[in-house]
Amino acid sequence: MSGDMNRRGFIAAGAALAGLTLAPGIRLIEIASAKPDNEPVTSKVRWGLLIDTTRCQSGCTECVAACGKENGLGEVKKPRTDAQWIRKIDLKELKTGRAVSLPMMCQHCANPPCVDVCPTGASFKRADGIVLVDRHICIGCRYCMMACPYKARSFVHEPHSDQNPEVPRGQGCVEGCTLCVHRVDRGGAPACVEACAAAGHNAMLFGDLNDPESAIAKRIREVKTTQVRADLKLDLGVRYEGI
Amino acid sequence: MRAIAIAVLWGLTLVPAPAFMAFAAAQAAEPGRTPLPAIAIEKPGQCVEPKDVMRRDHMKLLKHQRDKTLHQGIRTKPHSLNECISCHASQKTGSVTGAGGFCQSCHDYAAVKLDCWDCHQPKPGQKTAAGVKP
Ligand code: SF4
Ligand code: SF4
Repeated sequence: MSGDMNRRGFIAAGAALAGLTLAPGIRLIEIASAKPDNEPVTSKVRWGLLIDTTRCQSGCTECVAACGKENGLGEVKKPRTDAQWIRKIDLKELKTGRAVSLPMMCQHCANPPCVDVCPTGASFKRADGIVLVDRHICIGCRYCMMACPYKARSFVHEPHSDQNPEVPRGQGCVEGCTLCVHRVDRGGAPACVEACAAAGHNAMLFGDLNDPESAIAKRIREVKTTQVRADLKLDLGVRYEGI
Repeated sequence: MRAIAIAVLWGLTLVPAPAFMAFAAAQAAEPGRTPLPAIAIEKPGQCVEPKDVMRRDHMKLLKHQRDKTLHQGIRTKPHSLNECISCHASQKTGSVTGAGGFCQSCHDYAAVKLDCWDCHQPKPGQKTAAGVKP
């Protein structure tokens, strides 16, 4: 890559490359996702994730490891209380013995119960659908943890010191998957998605649900996908294929 | 008679006057008596705002930027805490905290507790496979 290549060019090139290496129509990184640094996110975009459980391997924890590394989780090594932003779940239908494995994380609900119950306004949904906690405001009451149907949030029990500069986090606040918002804002994809592709599984697809031309929108138009606990009508940003 | 009275008065006041003057002189000659924050600018250059604006209003600028970044995804560099840190971190400790750290020396002096570092990384750095490297 030439040194004077600008960021947008680099991202476009990266996307083209990803387009060559993955299945037709599936691109890891959407070209349209690069937004200028000084512009606010808009509701024209809705970020989403599609998880293909037929490709996800039981026993593989590449996405969980990548999330921990990217976001500085697991520093304290107290498994009972360490924050979990993404976890692997194995499901088995007892009657038929059919088993699937899948990663579970914040589903980035369009109607998020965590935001409904938050007494301070710390839990909020960005215009582009990413649900976050503003730790400057969070008082650590943990109401959101109770309200979330997916057990997607964790309370940080211990002081921390080796945060990634782009992912500030610390004791006394609740947190959950951010869809790697710091990467997304620069036109990148979440760390778990990249790790899954790097491991050759390609079970996760990230993109803009609102863009009919995006790989994720095309895919959910073509195949049957499931929102977990769709009965709650939360309009999830994360969908699963094959469950 | 009048001259004598003035002389007596002068005599009375004359004694304490040199003592006071000596005290004042000692204070001027001993700068260490008044603690001052040690502000080490290791990378001289142009800050994002004039010095007096930064001294008085850096917290307002940071708060404004933090809300824009977190809630709107605006990630411009001026007024971003990470950019402050990358310029002002001590070359010795790699940090803006600790004894003599750019942020901490003033905040200790002003007795204003800094809780940024409960969550934010006070060392600039690029994330590597092994974690954050200063
Ligand atoms: S999955 Fe849980 S934490 Fe995420 S938006 Fe929905 S309710 Fe909130
Ligand atoms: S723990 Fe924080 S984010 Fe969750 S409900 Fe309480 S104040 Fe809101």
